[in-house]
Amino acid sequence: MLFSEIVRMALSSLGANKLRAALTMTGITIGVFSIISVMTAIGALQNSIESGISFLGSNIFQFAKYPVNIDAGGETKKKYQNRRNITYRQALRYYELMQGNAQEICLKCFGRDLKGQAVYNGIKTTPSLTVVGTNRSFLTANAYTLSYGRNLNDEDVDLARSVLVIGKMIEKRLFPHESPIGKVIRMSGHTYTVIGVLVEKGTSFGQSQDDICLMPITRFFENYGEANRTVNIATQPFSTELYNRTLDKGISAMRIARGLGANQENDFEIYTNDSLKSAFISVAGVVRIGAFVVSFIALVAAGIGIMNIMLVSVTERTKEIGVRKSIGARSRDILRQFLTEAVFISEAGGVVGIILGVIGGDLLALWLKVDLIFPFGWAFAGLVVCSAIGIGFGLYPAYRAAALDPIEALRYE
Amino acid sequence: MMDTRDSIRPVGPVVIDIENITKDYVMGEEIVHALRGVSLRVHRNEYIAIMGPSGSGKSTLMNMVGCLDTPTSGRYGFNGRNVAEMDDDELAAIRNREIGFVFQTFNLLPRANTLRNVELPLIYAGVDPETREERATQTLIDVGLGDRLHHKPNELSGGQRQRVAIARALVNRPSIILADEPTGNLDSKTGEEIMSLFEDLYRRGNTIILVTHEADIARHARRTVRLRDGLIESDDLMTVPELESMALT
Repeated sequence: MLFSEIVRMALSSLGANKLRAALTMTGITIGVFSIISVMTAIGALQNSIESGISFLGSNIFQFAKYPVNIDAGGETKKKYQNRRNITYRQALRYYELMQGNAQEICLKCFGRDLKGQAVYNGIKTTPSLTVVGTNRSFLTANAYTLSYGRNLNDEDVDLARSVLVIGKMIEKRLFPHESPIGKVIRMSGHTYTVIGVLVEKGTSFGQSQDDICLMPITRFFENYGEANRTVNIATQPFSTELYNRTLDKGISAMRIARGLGANQENDFEIYTNDSLKSAFISVAGVVRIGAFVVSFIALVAAGIGIMNIMLVSVTERTKEIGVRKSIGARSRDILRQFLTEAVFISEAGGVVGIILGVIGGDLLALWLKVDLIFPFGWAFAGLVVCSAIGIGFGLYPAYRAAALDPIEALRYE
Repeated sequence: MMDTRDSIRPVGPVVIDIENITKDYVMGEEIVHALRGVSLRVHRNEYIAIMGPSGSGKSTLMNMVGCLDTPTSGRYGFNGRNVAEMDDDELAAIRNREIGFVFQTFNLLPRANTLRNVELPLIYAGVDPETREERATQTLIDVGLGDRLHHKPNELSGGQRQRVAIARALVNRPSIILADEPTGNLDSKTGEEIMSLFEDLYRRGNTIILVTHEADIARHARRTVRLRDGLIESDDLMTVPELESMALT
């Protein structure tokens, strides 16, 4: 029998139960959608990271208490929580030790516990500003550019001046019609004079980077306290060639600043663009496995759905099977017909899932401002898996149909 | 003894040659002997009615003749081949090419149109689409449904549905047409129309086996086989005077 005939038969019987076929398809669609959308989004992200996104400014390395992803949980998380904070004293010691060995050394302390909300002239920002106590090197270390006004300088730090460099979003919100330079704004219980505005940087991984405000690290500690705070230290070597040597010096200086003995392990994390990339990739790997497991479960459930509906269909169409057999259909013709129906449901669900998944994943990619991709490999794998599900879960119902005794089947009402 | 001088002995080649077949079923703990040794020879272009009350083995014999089932013992020759030893695929091929079934309840595929229903045996026979459509159309014209090619079964009357079923039975040019109570679901007027279609098919050279319990219907056949308790009770050819009276009507 011709393949086109089998397909025609399958389509016609599926067409007779459109809603049922569509509902059964949906299960497969959900399973395929979840994996394809995640793979598309991650693929797009990874693509853009590998093609040169920098987490840190160029050539920068950074020391911090916590690793990039501390979501490991349990004992691992505790290990990091029990670490000593990097105090301002230690940071200053590092600063001294590294003088003459580095272009820029940025000390920064994030006020994550502060509800950063700036007020000027009765206008308020959202209470979710990123408040950072730092020095002049923050801009270089974190790849910001000054738009106008001036950057923080060493004097501001030495004198602990109440001055702020603000992100573009804050400027737009509080000073829509005037220059913010020299204006006094109130933030988190203290007043500050605005001295500079940063160039808009956009979002990174869905987070705005323009709701930031920078103040001298000394003023930050004076206003918000030094206890329970840890300082991150970013260092930029004089040149790319000196990167590795400077990193080695930096690690030694950090060990001295932390007072570590010769056989004690580093009790701080080292961030480089490479380490951040690999951290991202390992997170991506975990997300992938998660998506895989979810999809697998969804697809097995959907496969059982297909099997169920095919068994119902075989019972309903017993008489039809009897008629077909009486006019000369062989068992294998019946088997093929029902198997094709199952594969068809599965494939149709898969195709819809792939289309929706790519759209979903690329919408996410669009929001994260990375290039869109079409994951050909995953799409192809999706279709193969759908065929396997259709055949795997359709085989038993189809076998039941094929094995029916024509006399019994004809008699069935 | 039958008076053979007054009847028309069939002379064509033997199509069906059943020799002493039995069929036993196991029903729970009991063995039911549905057929206890039946012999039947059918020649080409015969018109036979198989009659008998329910439980006589009539349906079992029909399933056997229709190659839907194989006998427990005995020999069933179909055009010289032993059906009793065939596997399921070979039986399917015989049903497809050599036997045309006509059922009491028509048994058309409800979602397929008339043409598609009639094409179905040709699809399983592997006939190419153009030839298929041509032959199905011609067969439908032959049974008087040339203007109903694209109707669905539920858009047709009972008589028309049975004509579609007959066209489906004929389309592969089978050796025999096996009709099981073909008028059972029709009113008597439509039933007569269907019977005259069978008469027409018979006159054009087809071999027809009619399974029925109605004497009025069986009357159309040239030969009547009566079954009782799994055995053939009588096997009568129509006599010449009967034939003459039939020709008058």
